[in-house]
Amino acid sequence: MPLSDRPTAVLRLRVRNHPGVMSHVCGLFARRAFNVDGIVCLPIGDGTCSAILLLVPEDARLEQMMAQLRKLEDVLAIDRAPEATSVFAGVAAHLG
Amino acid sequence: MQTTGAALTMRLLERQGIRLIAGIPGGASLPLYDALRSSEIRHVLARHEQGAGFIAQGMARATGRAAVCFGTSGPGATNLLTAIADARLDSIPLVAVTGQVPQAMIGTDAFQEIDTYGLTVPITKHNFLVRSADELLTVVPEAFRIATSGRPGPVLIDIPKDVQLAAIDVERLPEPGGPDPAPRFSHDDIGRAAAMIDAAQRPVLLVGAGIIGAGASPTLRRLAEKASIPVASTLLGLGAMPHDHPRFLGMVGMHAARFTNLVLEDCDLLIALGIRFDDRATGKVAEFCPNARVIHVDIDPSELGKIRRPSLGIVADVGEALRALEPRVAATPRTSWSRHVATLQATHPLATPGADDPLQPYGIVRATAELLPDDTIVTTDVGQHQMWVAQAYPFTFPRQWLTSGGLGTMGFGLPAAIGAALAHPGRRVVCFSGDGSLLMNLQELATAAEEQVDVKIVLMNNAHLGLVRQQQELFYGARFHASRFHAQPDFAAIARGFGIAAVDLGATTSPYDRLAEALAMPGPCLVNVPIAEAANVYPMVPPGGANRDMIDGGCHAAQ
Repeated sequence: MPLSDRPTAVLRLRVRNHPGVMSHVCGLFARRAFNVDGIVCLPIGDGTCSAILLLVPEDARLEQMMAQLRKLEDVLAIDRAPEATSVFAGVAAHLG
Repeated sequence: MQTTGAALTMRLLERQGIRLIAGIPGGASLPLYDALRSSEIRHVLARHEQGAGFIAQGMARATGRAAVCFGTSGPGATNLLTAIADARLDSIPLVAVTGQVPQAMIGTDAFQEIDTYGLTVPITKHNFLVRSADELLTVVPEAFRIATSGRPGPVLIDIPKDVQLAAIDVERLPEPGGPDPAPRFSHDDIGRAAAMIDAAQRPVLLVGAGIIGAGASPTLRRLAEKASIPVASTLLGLGAMPHDHPRFLGMVGMHAARFTNLVLEDCDLLIALGIRFDDRATGKVAEFCPNARVIHVDIDPSELGKIRRPSLGIVADVGEALRALEPRVAATPRTSWSRHVATLQATHPLATPGADDPLQPYGIVRATAELLPDDTIVTTDVGQHQMWVAQAYPFTFPRQWLTSGGLGTMGFGLPAAIGAALAHPGRRVVCFSGDGSLLMNLQELATAAEEQVDVKIVLMNNAHLGLVRQQQELFYGARFHASRFHAQPDFAAIARGFGIAAVDLGATTSPYDRLAEALAMPGPCLVNVPIAEAANVYPMVPPGGANRDMIDGGCHAAQ
């Protein structure tokens, strides 16, 4: 199903910036068979932290996924960021 | 203080109160072992890293304190994975320390290089790849903080060899890492819980490992007595209530006594304390406690609503929550519900055929329990013997019962028993095992012999993977395949070969007396108990079935 045809949500995570953090975050989704449609990640501030935006399907399991994400030591904060949806449209323009 | 990464690691582990580490050295961990040699920490040399992991688990499960295992890079780390995953599923505070190839060689497919960090992401609570000796000052205390905070779990620290060898000048050592304060909970929620309990006609307490982790057994007992609420337990909650307490219903779920599942079927309020609604406990979730509202108390917020949506969920240390709750619940005899429970108990008890014959499953469990002190620590492997022990052993104290619940790891029992015996030198330890399971970490007999631990292995030997055989019989049209061992080792001879005393109850006319002699011996001993291959564990809820639909093998099993 194309992205635009089903409800999506955007999660914003603040994480510790080190080489293993993406594997913790993405692995959590993969293990629980929860698809991630889009990822944008950049260092923020002095670079000790990064922000990750995740474009994910809005389904009944999302609340549980957020609870699991909160348990990751490297995840310092998580919230929903519907206003950031446009970021993915901007990225899409560069992906061909 | 001028030191090295390896010596600093030992110093930090000493400051965490670690007195004993189980492990196996290898190339990438030799600097750690060189530092361990001059440390006050004692090392127990396991014979396989999985054994080391389970020895550490045995220590952690028996004491409630974090325990440490060591492995080298590559196969040392991969061999630890099962024990780490097992600790994850059963929420055991384990700190695994592995050596890694020098950082300059990471990513080059160096000898004994494996991505230990990547492999352990899904099976640890958290993991670290230490990139400088300086990082050890934060990583080691953090590892212990994480392992013991909230819902405990395993933490892995991977230390490259160059970090172990690096010189470092340490001005001040950090404070040891300890558990964070438990989450704060709302006393309004406690009031709501008390009101729901007071209003319930047919409440049941269902308790799990969380009660034991929180040390909440005495409060649980007070609540059950005051408000006349029957208490059922998950597999890992056994020992939280004494087996002979009048309110205790025993274990719930797939191999529960029939009455236990029937009481849960009838309840109108399920008070779930430190449990995670595991499928072996609930059976078909949609039909578990179908008429009940649920109060769920757990320290892990992600457990509330994960499987069963509670009417009231409280994120808290279950001990703190119970201490707040108990005074606010009204004392009541709850006569009619108590009578109903007693009737179910009388009409649908656990059938224990052969309980007076030490060559039958319930008989050997009963005889062993009779011959050992009340505070004996009991470990098991996984399979039929595990369920027979869970059903029939008279557990009295928390942390008396160490078993692999979530991961269900065959091979757990012997090394866990060694760990428990090392942690509690004055206590008796018995490991019930099966002939399939024991072979999976048999090499640890050498560790048991070397340490002369007081571990008695009671081996229920049916020359089968018994629970596989049972499922093939019941659910696969008795089409047995790959569940029979055609080559049957002489386990008594094997034990003697390792330097361990052994007794074969099949080769004596007075098995009870021989068992008594074996259990009374000092040091490790193996007791081989031949049992019938057709003996099944009953009752049994078919996998995927509702708990009310138990296959009752009473007559079956008696043959």
